[in-house]
Amino acid sequence: MEISTVASEQNSHSDGQSKPGPPLWLLCELTYRCPLHCVFCYNPVNFDSVNNELDTEGWLRVLNQSRALGSVQCGFSGGEPLLRDDLEELVAEAHKLGFYTNLLTSGVGLTDARTSDLKEAGLDHIQLSFQDSTKELNDFLSHTKTFDLKHKVAKTISNHDIPMVLNCVIHRMNIDYIENIIEMAIDLGAECLELANTQFYSWAKVNQEHLLPSRAQLVRAEKITNEYRDKYADKLRIIFVVPDYYETRPKKCMNGWGNVFLTISPDGTALPCHTASMLPGPAFPSVADHSIEHIWYYSEGFNRFRGDAWMKEPCRTCPEKENDLGGCRCQAYMLAGDPNAADPVCDKSSEHHKVQDAVAKAQLSATVQATEHPLVFRDAKSSKKLEKEGVVF
Amino acid sequence: MSTDSVASIDTQHVAAIAKPYRLQFEQAQDSWVLLYPEGMVKLNGPAGEILKRMDGLKNIDSVVDELETAFEQKGLRKDVVSFIEIALQKRWITLSSPK
Repeated sequence: MEISTVASEQNSHSDGQSKPGPPLWLLCELTYRCPLHCVFCYNPVNFDSVNNELDTEGWLRVLNQSRALGSVQCGFSGGEPLLRDDLEELVAEAHKLGFYTNLLTSGVGLTDARTSDLKEAGLDHIQLSFQDSTKELNDFLSHTKTFDLKHKVAKTISNHDIPMVLNCVIHRMNIDYIENIIEMAIDLGAECLELANTQFYSWAKVNQEHLLPSRAQLVRAEKITNEYRDKYADKLRIIFVVPDYYETRPKKCMNGWGNVFLTISPDGTALPCHTASMLPGPAFPSVADHSIEHIWYYSEGFNRFRGDAWMKEPCRTCPEKENDLGGCRCQAYMLAGDPNAADPVCDKSSEHHKVQDAVAKAQLSATVQATEHPLVFRDAKSSKKLEKEGVVF
Repeated sequence: MSTDSVASIDTQHVAAIAKPYRLQFEQAQDSWVLLYPEGMVKLNGPAGEILKRMDGLKNIDSVVDELETAFEQKGLRKDVVSFIEIALQKRWITLSSPK
């Protein structure tokens, strides 16, 4: 979530001495069920073994308790949130409580009737995913036949006058057609287009060699995006997120651990980010057992990486540590084997060469590259297989 | 979509918060905020006081008068207009001619 302030500087990071701020952004991952099988999905690789979806009462409690603490942005996501019959009820409750409500969806199941019901329930915005601007690649990457449907859905959303943001995950296989994706967003009347360069977690990590673009591809894509920004400034806002593997300093992940974001996964486990369940150590708390207030302010999990006492060198004494807080804990775990380590995107990390190796490989053309693993589509069968192989992210 | 140029703000025009922004006061942050898809602008005191009066009914002159009364100050017009220029540029508000 973007947070900016007018005139006054907002220090959105707790210094560890004072109480953390409220969980401003609540993400409700209502289910891991999904009709798509995207190769870059960041739902955990073991999603198939996450059962016992939180029921309606449970979600209503989550909404009420979070709002009471000061949550103000609410996202309904998944998997595919439209697979929940109670979605309209949850949106209505969130709206009644004063949340700004966002639906993050593939569009599958978003009929005219449901769109109308959601609007009446008070839904503020829909983020519609596309996998590409061409039918072939869209359907290939999600392993579905959904392209035509999504176009229809975009029109439906527009007809009901609900603000719409288009999200397209960008990677090696579609980055060279970025102008087509932008043109499509303009045609569909989106408020904003998110060109989200893949970040390498979960399924995207499994498929990383197929997904990380070359530097040349990235430079070209950024140039084109900027040209469109200049030309269509009044019509379309474009967000372009660069893959952090190409940076030498890591991102301030989630704006800080337990600082702004609160994610509730389908079984009620509360997490500081989508993928934190991969981390070793004590389990994260469940809303079935604890109040949101306890979870956010007092649970071990949410306090684990607050402040800077947990940092090791080089982060601990780094003069830049407040900029990025050492980067992403999940990425530190995945690449350096240690969630307390510096995120290896940082060139001060002793493991930075791992990122450099991945980037070096990405400079080879697709035909020259020998990929060790075939593309793996997100589905229950692959989930079970990867879990058996000990893949934990 | 037309953007009013900096030099030509007609203070007889009526200002309103533009879609998809929503203005509300947040107790937990003790501040007015502008909410939009997956984002938030936290507003400082003066910004909040100006925007909260942009109800789509009052013209800018009235907003200035109200502020001068509420804060027992004169000569706020210039600051309010400067702020409106920023808010227009950021597309937080729209201006329309009075009915």
